Amino acid sequence: MDSDAELVHRLRSGDEHAFTGLVERYHQPMLALAASFVPNLAVAEEVVQDTWLAVLRGLDGFEGRSSLKTWVFRILVNRARTTGTREQRSVPVADPEPAVDPARFDGAGGWADPPEHWIEAAEGRVEAGKLAHRVRAWIDELPARQREVVLLRDVEGMSSEEVCTVLSLTEGNQRVLLHRGRSRLRQLFEDEFREAR
Amino acid sequence: MRIFAFRSVLHHGRDVACQQAVELVTDYLEGTLSRAARRRFEAHLSGCPHCTEYLAQMRETIKLTGQLAPEDLTPQMRAEFTDLYRRWRSEQQ
Repeated sequence: MDSDAELVHRLRSGDEHAFTGLVERYHQPMLALAASFVPNLAVAEEVVQDTWLAVLRGLDGFEGRSSLKTWVFRILVNRARTTGTREQRSVPVADPEPAVDPARFDGAGGWADPPEHWIEAAEGRVEAGKLAHRVRAWIDELPARQREVVLLRDVEGMSSEEVCTVLSLTEGNQRVLLHRGRSRLRQLFEDEFREAR
Repeated sequence: MRIFAFRSVLHHGRDVACQQAVELVTDYLEGTLSRAARRRFEAHLSGCPHCTEYLAQMRETIKLTGQLAPEDLTPQMRAEFTDLYRRWRSEQQ
């Protein structure tokens, strides 16, 4: 993969393939992230288009202090926030939300209904290519703030520092949102394979 | 503030219950537990097959989420983005 500096140089010198390659890599996660802030997919698509144009127009100002990817996603989130009608970050992160249903523990906090095995079954379905669309749907159904963090951290593989930069989160809040998002997804995997049995 | 209550239990050196351990998994994986809390968490795991399984499932969840490959652009979208790029180039001249 090209270094950011090399890629920026190619974009500025008229290399269409450099651009479509970049779009190919980031378009879908950008669309998923934008959709988290705006009322519908059509608006999310507009935000992503606008972002790409803003990226091209802003290339001269890209200083490489963050990665190109972080820079692109930050532009996206700023645009999506301006466009979005979602309540401005009003849900407090500190509200308790247990990782596992408290009913699954006994009075002493030990497992009464322990986690069922599903890892091998999931691996098989992944190899058969049958699980990906289910997992995407689960991510889409996460509460918006958890979804945003899971998309960037776990789907896109950004570092926690990059996620905090893109979403303007503190490390602590990022970790709480990540914990809840991952915990919900784990539960959904368990439910999926419990039903399949 | 349950999560913070769990944390304070750890800091006071008592045993970790399973219900508390599951809340510490992300801090554990992120490497943000204190050394003492980490030791207590690992001590709990070594005696608890269910929480060991739970941790393995959280790791598997992260792994499977990370394997989602982006879908290819449709030819139409590719054409639209090529067009967007050309328009930007022409406004540069």
